[in-house]
Amino acid sequence: MIRDITLGQYYPADSILHKLDPRVKLVATITFLVALFLINSWIGYLVATVFLVSVIRLSKVPFRFIVRGLKTIFIILLITLVFNLFLTPGDRVLVQIWKLKITDRGLHTAIFMAIRLIYLIIGSSLMTLTTTPNDLTDGLETLLGPLKKLHVPVHEVSMMMSIALRFIPILLEETDKIMKAQIARGADFEHGNLIQRAKNLVPLLVPLFISAFRRANDLAMAMEARCYRGGEGRTKMKPLIYTGKDYCAYGILLLFLAAIIAVRVLL
Amino acid sequence: MSIVLENVCYTYSPGTAYEIHALKNINLEIREGQFIGLIGHTGSGKSTLVQHLNGLVKATSGHIYFNGEDIYAQNYDMRRLRGKVGLVFQYPEHQLFEVDVLSDVCFGPKNQGLSREEAEKRAREALRMVGISEEYEKQSPFDLSGGQKRRVAIAGVLAMEPEVLILDEPTAGLDPKGRDEILDQISLLHKERGITVILVSHSMEDVAKYVERIIVMNQGEVMYDDVPREVFRHYKELERVGLAAPQVTYIMHTLKEKGFDVDEDATTIEEAKKTILEAFRKKGSTT
Repeated sequence: MIRDITLGQYYPADSILHKLDPRVKLVATITFLVALFLINSWIGYLVATVFLVSVIRLSKVPFRFIVRGLKTIFIILLITLVFNLFLTPGDRVLVQIWKLKITDRGLHTAIFMAIRLIYLIIGSSLMTLTTTPNDLTDGLETLLGPLKKLHVPVHEVSMMMSIALRFIPILLEETDKIMKAQIARGADFEHGNLIQRAKNLVPLLVPLFISAFRRANDLAMAMEARCYRGGEGRTKMKPLIYTGKDYCAYGILLLFLAAIIAVRVLL
Repeated sequence: MSIVLENVCYTYSPGTAYEIHALKNINLEIREGQFIGLIGHTGSGKSTLVQHLNGLVKATSGHIYFNGEDIYAQNYDMRRLRGKVGLVFQYPEHQLFEVDVLSDVCFGPKNQGLSREEAEKRAREALRMVGISEEYEKQSPFDLSGGQKRRVAIAGVLAMEPEVLILDEPTAGLDPKGRDEILDQISLLHKERGITVILVSHSMEDVAKYVERIIVMNQGEVMYDDVPREVFRHYKELERVGLAAPQVTYIMHTLKEKGFDVDEDATTIEEAKKTILEAFRKKGSTT
């Protein structure tokens, strides 16, 4: 029932995208997100679509799996769509219902924003679908390495992130289990008004928090037992090393960014 | 009062990379008043199977009948079913949430629509059955010991007065003493109240002493379904699927091989003692 969230969930497959260095994928994702905001014409979107579709094909992740992540932002998507559609002033009024007007500019912005949002989610879930959380934080740590000189606790932050990511599926499973256990005792999570429903969540949330604290405690103990003391002088079992395909990917990424900028400047 | 499963199949995450056929064509009949052991290795589908019995998980295909009624029928009252088929999950102490023991045990009966007094009456009765004395009633469930927490959680299901009680690995993580206490209490409950009990476990040792019927699951299928002594005869096959017969079975078989005239179907220590003594007596009288 709550397994629909794909953001932050790895999909195991054997593809080029899975084998890329996580740093490449991180940089690519950020570039893609930035590029999305640079786009101001349909041709720009065409370029982005071609890029996104080919990356999805390369990733070997089933399309249904990627789209599933969109379910979670459906409401936000709908609100943005409606607000942009009705509240953008424009020159030409296409439809008028009572005081609400749909203008040509409104329609244009609404569709633009919707596509942008959808692509944002697909782009970032593609990264998390093809990269294990561990790889991801490894990549992030190395990428942000230079910030250490500015006394930014890069290692600590990335360790916290990897722990947080690692705990998402565990807590989801735990929620599912506790939910089932309480349903078996006659709890009802689906009926009643808002207040009633919020009250009904207590039997779920209390055990969930307790279990989260217990797990955190256990983890801290286990880390301490293995003499964990932070990032200073810590080496890696699998250090990240760029290979040919990573440079190749950077090249393609550069081409994509150039195309987007060219479209924006020239058209 | 019976549960009948007909061609029940269940698939986890169908159509994705994580697709798993957890149950394959299960046909079972669970009759009233039986004490059943459901045994299987980790991932054999035993937990999934018991979650079907109270409608928590809906079969991908197949039918389940409770007292002759199809539980997947349109207007079937699932909440009533869950009151009749009580399911105690693995590590049930993780679901405690109330401020005191009594209120936590009252949660189930109150959800059944009983009044506060009636619910408390049932809760006290349930606590008595699992051996939690009245002094603990007003304590926070989180201050209890591990074994006590587990009993309180089991009481939480018992207070709903189910006709069928299913316990998923009720002894996991308990020391031998706690394990025996809980199993003895469940056994007593079965005798006193005559309710159907299904004990899910991966250890034959645990259940051999108590149950009258053993269902062995392997990779989503029912491998054996018989009285304990018949099931333990297949101890070599059981080993192949990662299970083991009780130690008594091994001793009996070794003794038999060494030429002692013992009954190798003995499943409990008491039975074993009897047949070994008999064998020696016989030997003594012949020489």
